[in-house]
Amino acid sequence: MSPNRCFQSPPPDLDLSRLTGLLIVIEGPDSSGRSTHVGLLTKWLEQKGYSVVQTGLRRSMLVGPELDQAKKGNTLSPRTMSLFYATDFYDQMENVLVPALHSGAVALADRYIFTLMARDLVRGTEPAWIESLYSRALVADAVFYLKVPLPTLVMRTLHAHGRLDYWESGMDLGLSRDWFDSFLQYQRRLNDEFMKLHGKFNFDIINANRSVQTIQKDLRGRVERLLASFNSDAQPG
Amino acid sequence: MSAKKPFAGKLIAFEGLDGSGKSTQINLVQRWLAGQGCRVFHSAWESSEMVKEALRRGRKQQLFTPTTFSLLYATDFADRYEHQILPMLRGGFIVLCDRYIFTSFARDGVRGCDPAWLRELYGFAHIPDITFYLDLPLHMALDRVFRARQQLNYFEAGMDIGLSQDIQESYRLYQGRVFDQYMSMINEFDFTVIDATRNIHEQQEQLREQLATRIDLTAFGEKAAS
Repeated sequence: MSPNRCFQSPPPDLDLSRLTGLLIVIEGPDSSGRSTHVGLLTKWLEQKGYSVVQTGLRRSMLVGPELDQAKKGNTLSPRTMSLFYATDFYDQMENVLVPALHSGAVALADRYIFTLMARDLVRGTEPAWIESLYSRALVADAVFYLKVPLPTLVMRTLHAHGRLDYWESGMDLGLSRDWFDSFLQYQRRLNDEFMKLHGKFNFDIINANRSVQTIQKDLRGRVERLLASFNSDAQPG
Repeated sequence: MSAKKPFAGKLIAFEGLDGSGKSTQINLVQRWLAGQGCRVFHSAWESSEMVKEALRRGRKQQLFTPTTFSLLYATDFADRYEHQILPMLRGGFIVLCDRYIFTSFARDGVRGCDPAWLRELYGFAHIPDITFYLDLPLHMALDRVFRARQQLNYFEAGMDIGLSQDIQESYRLYQGRVFDQYMSMINEFDFTVIDATRNIHEQQEQLREQLATRIDLTAFGEKAAS
C-alpha cells in the first residue's frame, strides 16, 4: 500500500513510479496535539527501524519568507494567501515528500491539504476551485484527524500560549471584535468544514479528548496495521 | 469570495509574443482613450518584488517545478487582480491589460501543466470583453527581439525547461512553443487577431475602430461618471 497516485493526473515532470514509502497525514486544529503525536510517532518508528521524514506547512524555501511576511502584514487577499500556501505545499510535496517516498521512508505530514482547504472554505473560496487547486496532491495512505471538543480546544490554546493568535482566531474574517468570541466562531466553522471534507475524503477520526498516552497508543495501533500491509507489499517479487 | 459580479468597467487584454508591439499599441490606445475623456487604466504584467525575490531564490537553488512556477505567478496575478484590476473594473474604468491570463496559459502550458487545471486555477479572473492578439510570425518576433539586443532573462528564455544550454537557442525554441500555445487559444478564447506585420499606425487604426464599435465609449467619459 503505497501512495502512487494523485487525486487527479500528477503534476508534470514528477516521476511517481516506484513510490515505496508510506504517507501518513495528521490533521487537526492548533492545540489538538498534532505536533506532539508526530514527534512521538517519529521516535517510535525510528526505534522500529523505519526512516521517517516529517513535512508540514510553511516550510518551503521557495516562498517561506514571503509567507511569513504576509502573515505579519495581513495585506493579501484570501485568494492570494490560498495560492501562496498552495505554492508552498507543492514545493514541499515535489521537493521533500516525493523524494522521501521514493527512498522508501515513512512520511509524517503535520497537516496537509485538508487544513489548507478548510481554512479557505471558511473564507468563502469556491469548493470547486480549491479542490482543483489541490487535485495534483498525493493521496495519503491514512489521514488521522485529531478531534477535540471546542471548550477543550480553547482551554488548551490559552494554556499553551497564554493568548489567542490572530489567524487561529479568524480575526481577518471580522466575525467579532471580541477575540475570544471570534476564536469560538472560527474554530466551529473550521470544524464544520473539516467534517464536510471528512465526508468526501474519509479521514480516520481520532478522539483527541483523551490523554496523550491513550491517543498515541491508538495511533500506533493504526500505524501498525498500515505497516503490516506496507511490509507485505514491499516484498520483492 | 463572492461569485463574479457584473461591473461597470471594460476589460481589454492585449496578447502576443515578445516583440509583437503590444506595449507600443497599448500606449497609443491609452492616450487616445484619455484624450476622449475616458476613464482608462493600464495594467502591466509585471512581477512584484515579492515574486522576483522568490524567483531568484528558486532559480539559485534549482527548486522550481512547472507546478510551483505556475502557482507563484498565479499568486502574483491574484494579488494584482484583486487589488488593482477588479476594483478598477468595478469602479467603471476601461482597463487595458498588457498580457493577461493567456500569457500564463501559454507559458505554463509549454512547461507541461494540464490546460484544464490552469483554466480552473485562473477561473477567478474575468474573461476580457475583448482580447486583441497581435499576430506576428515567429521569425519576425524573434528577429525584433534579437535586433533590439534585449538582455534575455533565464525564465523568459525558458532555460528552466532545458531545451538548450545556449540562452539564445533556448529562447528561440521556447518562443516557438509559446507561439503554438497562442495559436491554439485563438478560437478557444475568441481572440481578435490584429495583423502585427502592418505598420504601427495601421494597427492602431484597426484597434481604435474595434474599440469604438464594440464599446460604448461615451459611457466612460468624465461626465458619464456622475
